[in-house]
Amino acid sequence: MAEAHPVGFQWVMEAKARGATIIHVDPRFTRTSAVADLHVPFRAGADIAFLGGLINYVLSEGKDFREYVTTFTNAAEIVGEDFVDTEDMAGIFSGYNAETGRYDPISWQLEGVDYEAPAAGMRDHWEPELRDETNQSEQGRQREHHAAIGSDTAGGAGDAAHATGSPRRDETLQHPRCVYQVLKRHYARYTPEAVSQVCGMGVDEFLAVARAITENSTRDRTTAWVYSVGWTHHSVGAQYIRGAAILQTLLGNMGRPGGGILALRGHASIQGSTDIPTLYDLLPGYIPMPNAHLHEDLRSFLDADAAKTGFWGNMDTYLVSLLKAWWGDAATAENDFAFDYLPRLTGDHGTYGIVRDQIDRKTYGYFVVGENPAVGHANGKMQRLGLANLDWLVVRDMQMIETATFWKDGPEIETGELRTEDIGTEVFFLPCANHTEKAGTFTNTQRLLQWRREAVHPPADARSELHFYFHLGKRIREKLAGSTDDRDRPILDLTWDYPTFGVHEEPDPEAVLAEINGYDADGNHLASYTELKADGSTTAGCWIYTGVYKDGVNQADRRKPGTEQDWVAAEWGWAWPANRRTLYNRASADADGKPWSERKAYVWWDAEQGTWTGHDIPDVEATKPPTYVPEDGATRQDALSGTDAFIMQTDGKAWLYAPAGLADGPMPTHYEPVESPVANLLHEQQDNPALERIDRAWNRINPSQSEVYPYAFLTYRLTEHHTAGGMSRFLGYLSELQPEFFCEVSPALAAERHLEHLGWATLISARTAIEARVLVTERMKPLRIGDRVVHQIGLPYHWGSNGLSTGDPANDLLGVVMDPNVHIQESKVATCDIQPGRRPRGPALLEFVESYRRKAGVEPGGIT
Amino acid sequence: MAPAVFNTVVAGYLGQAGSIPVRLRHKHCHTSPGPDAVPEGENHHVARRACMGVRTWLGEWPIFRQATGPDPLGRGAAVQSPRTQALGPRTADADEVVKSICPYCAVGCGQNVYVRDGRVTQIEGDPDSPVSRGRLCPKGSASTSLVTSPSRVTTVKYRRPHGTEWEDLDLDTALDMIADRVIDARRRGWQDTDDEGRVLRRTLGFSSLGGATLDNEENYLIKKLFMALGAIQVENQARI
Repeated sequence: MAEAHPVGFQWVMEAKARGATIIHVDPRFTRTSAVADLHVPFRAGADIAFLGGLINYVLSEGKDFREYVTTFTNAAEIVGEDFVDTEDMAGIFSGYNAETGRYDPISWQLEGVDYEAPAAGMRDHWEPELRDETNQSEQGRQREHHAAIGSDTAGGAGDAAHATGSPRRDETLQHPRCVYQVLKRHYARYTPEAVSQVCGMGVDEFLAVARAITENSTRDRTTAWVYSVGWTHHSVGAQYIRGAAILQTLLGNMGRPGGGILALRGHASIQGSTDIPTLYDLLPGYIPMPNAHLHEDLRSFLDADAAKTGFWGNMDTYLVSLLKAWWGDAATAENDFAFDYLPRLTGDHGTYGIVRDQIDRKTYGYFVVGENPAVGHANGKMQRLGLANLDWLVVRDMQMIETATFWKDGPEIETGELRTEDIGTEVFFLPCANHTEKAGTFTNTQRLLQWRREAVHPPADARSELHFYFHLGKRIREKLAGSTDDRDRPILDLTWDYPTFGVHEEPDPEAVLAEINGYDADGNHLASYTELKADGSTTAGCWIYTGVYKDGVNQADRRKPGTEQDWVAAEWGWAWPANRRTLYNRASADADGKPWSERKAYVWWDAEQGTWTGHDIPDVEATKPPTYVPEDGATRQDALSGTDAFIMQTDGKAWLYAPAGLADGPMPTHYEPVESPVANLLHEQQDNPALERIDRAWNRINPSQSEVYPYAFLTYRLTEHHTAGGMSRFLGYLSELQPEFFCEVSPALAAERHLEHLGWATLISARTAIEARVLVTERMKPLRIGDRVVHQIGLPYHWGSNGLSTGDPANDLLGVVMDPNVHIQESKVATCDIQPGRRPRGPALLEFVESYRRKAGVEPGGIT
Repeated sequence: MAPAVFNTVVAGYLGQAGSIPVRLRHKHCHTSPGPDAVPEGENHHVARRACMGVRTWLGEWPIFRQATGPDPLGRGAAVQSPRTQALGPRTADADEVVKSICPYCAVGCGQNVYVRDGRVTQIEGDPDSPVSRGRLCPKGSASTSLVTSPSRVTTVKYRRPHGTEWEDLDLDTALDMIADRVIDARRRGWQDTDDEGRVLRRTLGFSSLGGATLDNEENYLIKKLFMALGAIQVENQARI
């Protein structure tokens, strides 16, 4: 955190100054470790073993926050008899189909819950006829599945929408099949000794962490976990986060000040681009994109994918308001509010699948906007091969990044795999406006929308994205005007008439923000998503952002100095939803609505006034008393009791055990990374049985525990560079501060491979070989895992061939295997060899890499 | 920090040790580049000595001022030259200060953008921000050079299929060509239904990558436009 989010880290140091204990768990010793009370080095890819060990410690020592657990979680619910745990099935849960590599989660359900249809958003698990579109070109690819598995679980789905009836409960938590006991058994083997073996940390170190977090999680104290892509870039990434969620829920650290699981995101508005998703599987505000089904209309979509209870029970109002925002008068009750205008999914259309389809020439055009996949994405060769097989490519950036110049100076030109003259891709490079040259909102990592004002006009041809897409849309609509083709109705009926200003006809970003916020039938700005209606009388482009333009005021532009506010600083910017700064904060009070302690008071029930109040906007209906008990048959939020703090869940509970919503099991289980130097010491199953692969010559995978690729490596960021380098390698100061690509190795590994400090090293995987300067440092510590020593190599991934500071891209070394829930690649751990000296040049590089593949028994690879 | 100021400060410190000739230090104070630099050389000093009192002349010497004035450590007025006296922060003469947010990571630090004559002259941390309290990291501190970078490309570049070099292209022409290509790719990649008759109403003809560095309003227009075109393949860094 001190390295990649330094200014945010000032608050960690503030906490430390006030007595907080700071623990840094990271394979590398970094600036964070340097100021932490305790640094625990461990093996990349072993996090679930570590988290599972902590869960086991909490449960076996009885250190859970029992009153919180019984009030707010599903610990007491009884798991159905059909469920079989990994304990009894060699590391795999019940419901696994080895032929498809997928789980059928029906056996994971809770007892007493009648699933008349599958859990929401997971219904495509029950549609085996969904074709595997990727298997047409090669045989025997059953595990290369890209069907809709889990793809619409993120939104209103993800919960048990169809759950009817109440699960059986045992409030004593003694029933052998209650969630609490199931969890306890599942993690029983994650003992301190096992954790030590798998993670390479000392038993004492582990116990120091376990004691610290349990002693610090009470009525009076809370513990926070902070993570970044070191937790998501794994083939079990979603389960890492689940592991932290279980732990934090058991310890009563969710919805309370100083608690939580805090994701440190890496781009100025990556949170915003998830909320208003430029992502294939979502509509704005986490509404799932509809999948293709026979005879689907708005009602059947909502029936199948929207929850009935909790705040997702209002998905009809969110979705209809979105459709009204987009299609205006063309969206009527008679035509299902133009629900049919939305395109349908049939599987995974995530970025790696798209690139595979580019290589297969199944898709022709590509817009790349403020991103540099030729350097920044795993398996750079795959990315560049995709670019080379396009008809056309539009790159919008400030600098001439590698994605725009792959046809001229990409690594494949050097090796002779591609020839410039043979590449048919037509490339448009369009210069973009920078952050000072346009107004708009970024959403930061804590869901805070902050408005930037325009300082200067963009130069020459540079334009904002707002300008480009608005005018592109206008141009397309003009060209299609008068079309009678039914498929053109959605684009021609689209509301696309924003006011513009200036000589370049720049659209007014506040008008767009106001549309996102939404209007009532009289054209007034809405103040809250609770005002949204399903009858077509309201609009909202993103329901969770409704309120950002409350009273016609740009709330994101509020700038009351922090020094003039309390510590919540509610009048700086605007946080979704409803300017609420801590989610699920009803859990900061006990069942009766009283703060757990004076020290940790945040929101509470004021019985005299009959309302919730406190330092933040309460995350519960303001006048719903803690004693509220829903009537039978109640729906939406009315179905949640006064103690159901987790209001987006259908049952209002934090799930220690997830009966639905995940593609790879109801509880996190330690699986080794696909490319691991060691065997799984905890379970017979080596790696995630449900993970996703792309088995092609340009994406060869190192065999597990290979002596040819014996070392683990991990990629990371430096303070002085940013992601794929487009905003840092082209700047003088930053290039001076970190001028060259390097690899971090321990003195022991340096001795083993004869690597010289500041000399050159070549790193080799089944994909390619890259070279880097050698940094021999004690910061990388060899770890003992089982009966062997594991060396880890650190690689900052910022470099490419363009800019002031150049070097090989670390991402070229990575292959692509993916988490089955979110289709994110495993790029925070893989294996390689390392040798002293520079890599071969030209075609010799290809033969060099092939010779490694031959030795390792890997099929021939590269561009075929 | 300008070289002249740096050298002066160093000279001020070294002056205590007395190992550097006074004259050299004096010269250091006057060799800085810039339009207001005082011409150097012996003739200059002779001429000035002639038309100024000895005390004034002595007063030009930092060592004299340091030894006799209120700045014995040589960290302030004692070591100022006419040029360094005239120096001021770039922020002082800005026409306006515009509130902004750092474009790098997702912490969302506040930035003050200083503008003069329609150009960004400096970007500083915004002390008002309860997120960052005026601080910026090395990247945020380098934002001025991000927005004024000499290698920034500000005109459209076009590479025709199989071409070996960039060509220039008019922005409006580029937009028109792209619109044509979108319409064409959309048509070629169009799917009304799958082979089981399920309605798809979509195109796989083109795709989009990017959004994490853009504004919410921009992401909104991208999503809205692509959905209306039936283009489902929209992705960004959040997947990565």
